[in-house]
Amino acid sequence: MTADPRDEMIEHLGALRAFAMSLTRNAATADDLVQDTLIKAWTNIDSFQRGSNMRAWLFTILRNTFYSLRRKRQREVEDVDGSLSLALASKPDHDGRLNLRDFIHVFEKLPDTQREALVLVGVEGFSYEEAAETCAVAVGTIKSRVGRARATLAELLHLDEDEALELTDSVTAGIVGRQPAA
Amino acid sequence: MSDSKRTSPAPHVVEEIDRNLRKAFGQLAEEPLPDRFTDLLAQLRAVDSKKEGDVNDR
Repeated sequence: MTADPRDEMIEHLGALRAFAMSLTRNAATADDLVQDTLIKAWTNIDSFQRGSNMRAWLFTILRNTFYSLRRKRQREVEDVDGSLSLALASKPDHDGRLNLRDFIHVFEKLPDTQREALVLVGVEGFSYEEAAETCAVAVGTIKSRVGRARATLAELLHLDEDEALELTDSVTAGIVGRQPAA
Repeated sequence: MSDSKRTSPAPHVVEEIDRNLRKAFGQLAEEPLPDRFTDLLAQLRAVDSKKEGDVNDR
């Protein structure tokens, strides 16, 4: 008896909810989106290629569902309630210069296409190629969206200035331990 | 500010941005799951096993 790939879905629920929040920026809409995604994924499990990346497959379904709902509701006012930043724990951020809520507040202002590209590449660790496949665009488009998203965050949060050199230990360690490829 | 700086922030800035994003989304992803999702999966599974049972009975 082979394992049912659907048993694996529950492991990705947390990440799916976070991705849905990053797209919708609204907690209730995000959970509705995750529910639709689960039903679609469950009933279309035959289209999942065994052994391939289940998370990427689920993210693709969620993303497609989001944009088709968005098209249907085009005339409705976007109901962004800033849930993404509100959902974050309010404990002070001791190990970083940035307040996480301020950071996410700015992130929420980025265009949809840039938020999703940055989440896939910067958070989920998708390669540019995988992110391009998930978003059904060219690799160069993903690279440019990720670049613009990071540039906007850096500018709005004043990270790309001299003061950004006051690094915390963890960040310094990360940079020292990583040699540039070229 | 040079053009290259604007299109792609310095590596340490990229690192800081991504680190904060991972932290924020990590917090969200670790939140306890609402019952509606575990209930939904259980329902979907129940519907399926009922179907399979019908087929096997023949």
